[in-house]
Amino acid sequence: MMSFPLPLADLLGHWGSYGIYALVGIAFGMTLESAGFGNSKLLAAQFYFKDMRVFKVMFTAIIVAMTLIFLSSAIGLLDYNLIWVPPTYLWPGIVGGLIMGVGFIIGGFCPGTSLVGFATGKLDAVMFVFGVLFGIYLFGETIGNYAVFFESSYMGRFTLPELFNVSYGSVVISIVVVALALFVIAEKVESAVNKTPAKKLPGWTKPAAVALVALAAVNLAVGQPSNEDRWQAIAAESQAKLDQRQVQIAPAELLTYMNDSKIKLIPLDVRDERYYNQFHLRGAIHAPLDQIQEMAKELQLELANTVFVTMSNDEEAATEAWKILKAESVPNIYILEGGINAWLDTYAHDSFGEESRVHDRQPDQLAYRFNVATGSRHQAAEPDPHFLDLKYEPKVILELKRAPTSGGCG
Amino acid sequence: MSRHSGPKPYLNPYLSGTLLGIVLFLAYFITGSGLGASGGLNRLLVYVQNVINPEHIDQVAYLLKMAGGNANPLDSWIVFLTVGTIVGGFLSGWLGKRIKIETNKGPQISSGTRWIMAFIGGALMGYGARLARGCTSGQALSGGAVLSVGSWAFMFAVFAGAYALAYFFRKFWN
Repeated sequence: MMSFPLPLADLLGHWGSYGIYALVGIAFGMTLESAGFGNSKLLAAQFYFKDMRVFKVMFTAIIVAMTLIFLSSAIGLLDYNLIWVPPTYLWPGIVGGLIMGVGFIIGGFCPGTSLVGFATGKLDAVMFVFGVLFGIYLFGETIGNYAVFFESSYMGRFTLPELFNVSYGSVVISIVVVALALFVIAEKVESAVNKTPAKKLPGWTKPAAVALVALAAVNLAVGQPSNEDRWQAIAAESQAKLDQRQVQIAPAELLTYMNDSKIKLIPLDVRDERYYNQFHLRGAIHAPLDQIQEMAKELQLELANTVFVTMSNDEEAATEAWKILKAESVPNIYILEGGINAWLDTYAHDSFGEESRVHDRQPDQLAYRFNVATGSRHQAAEPDPHFLDLKYEPKVILELKRAPTSGGCG
Repeated sequence: MSRHSGPKPYLNPYLSGTLLGIVLFLAYFITGSGLGASGGLNRLLVYVQNVINPEHIDQVAYLLKMAGGNANPLDSWIVFLTVGTIVGGFLSGWLGKRIKIETNKGPQISSGTRWIMAFIGGALMGYGARLARGCTSGQALSGGAVLSVGSWAFMFAVFAGAYALAYFFRKFWN
């Protein structure tokens, strides 16, 4: 079981967990200030090639953090699915980035560095912070006019290895090597622009660079865990839950959540399209087995009160889907007990004549014949709430969500 | 080291970068979230707006998400991270004897000009950061380290925007 990131709210309570973030913030502020980022002249010097400190600090931080993150994920300590990867909204990101670049050269700070400038008495940083607040205010007032653009080119949680269709390990080591090469070039550019002899780097930098490449190579060799690896890590505990039928919820329990406004229910129908078109539950998402692992990334972004229920005609395919999603760390995931067949037995049995029943059927075959594709228009897709009186043994226990639903800029 | 020695020099950038990388890694490792700054400022602003003019919050969908009804815009980890950043910046500046009321600017402009520039630049930064859903810390640094495509595109855009205009603003800085 991958134990990091920690379920902070579970361990420390809602407000207690915020103490950890305050400590992280203090460490962040100290590193920014001691790097010289409270000084706008030093920051702006980056763009005249005089002091490429911004580039050096930022890229050193990126390659160090990236290597450690993916290495700890490769060895099974950290669950990459539970860490916040900013979702890609390509064009708003690029346009916003260009505006920020212009703001950087005019204003001399970025929001984070202006905070430490502010904290160390730099009056230009104080003015900058007021400017940032004004800009944020303007955004709130004007975004309504072009919300369509703001929401456009959404690609979800989309990573460079997925874009180039290569492994995480090879992207990590490539970025490390390219960054190290760029550092060498940056040193040469600085001494050329300032017409000074090349600075001597501290003795530890070379061994540190070699060590980082070595760690990235280990990361490449070990590789990121596959869905199968992830399942193996939780198999003992999770298979026991399946065997003890702790995660198979009765049709009546599912119907209760369909009518409960405090729960966001997402039924995941894993059957092939033919069955899905014949009949599915109201709101059911078509989630074929070969696509469901890909869908897990989007499911992670749902709110904490979301309950996912996989369903097939019986339980076989739904159980497979449950294992895949469970291994991908999707929270609050259950299986419809007895599948769609049990659902129809419970809520629509009388509406089918004998000629519509399938006898001698294969496992995971639909037990009723539909003459037309009813989709979710069938009355049993959203049964009459008078069925709510049906008794069942409740099994759903909402777990606190571990994956963050917003990043540092939310 | 006597009490009257001047401000201590800044750290070597590769050492700073390594320390920052470790802080970023630990943030992700322990909390699952990266670093950020603009989100905290955003929520502080919305808090003040909500005190001054709560009706207005209810009319703007974007603000409603953070402060509508009983939602407290300060009830977010990013606010605590932001306050921590200010405290950390102060501590480091104090330990390094670098706290000094001053205006950093190029030699050719007055402090007043520099302040106006800082305000305009800040406004552009604040606006752009909301549009891009993140600032240099939250998008470029944090998203870059976890290999988000959008974060890398954003990072190139920031550097491109700054380098493209650097020539025209050289008098302000040099």
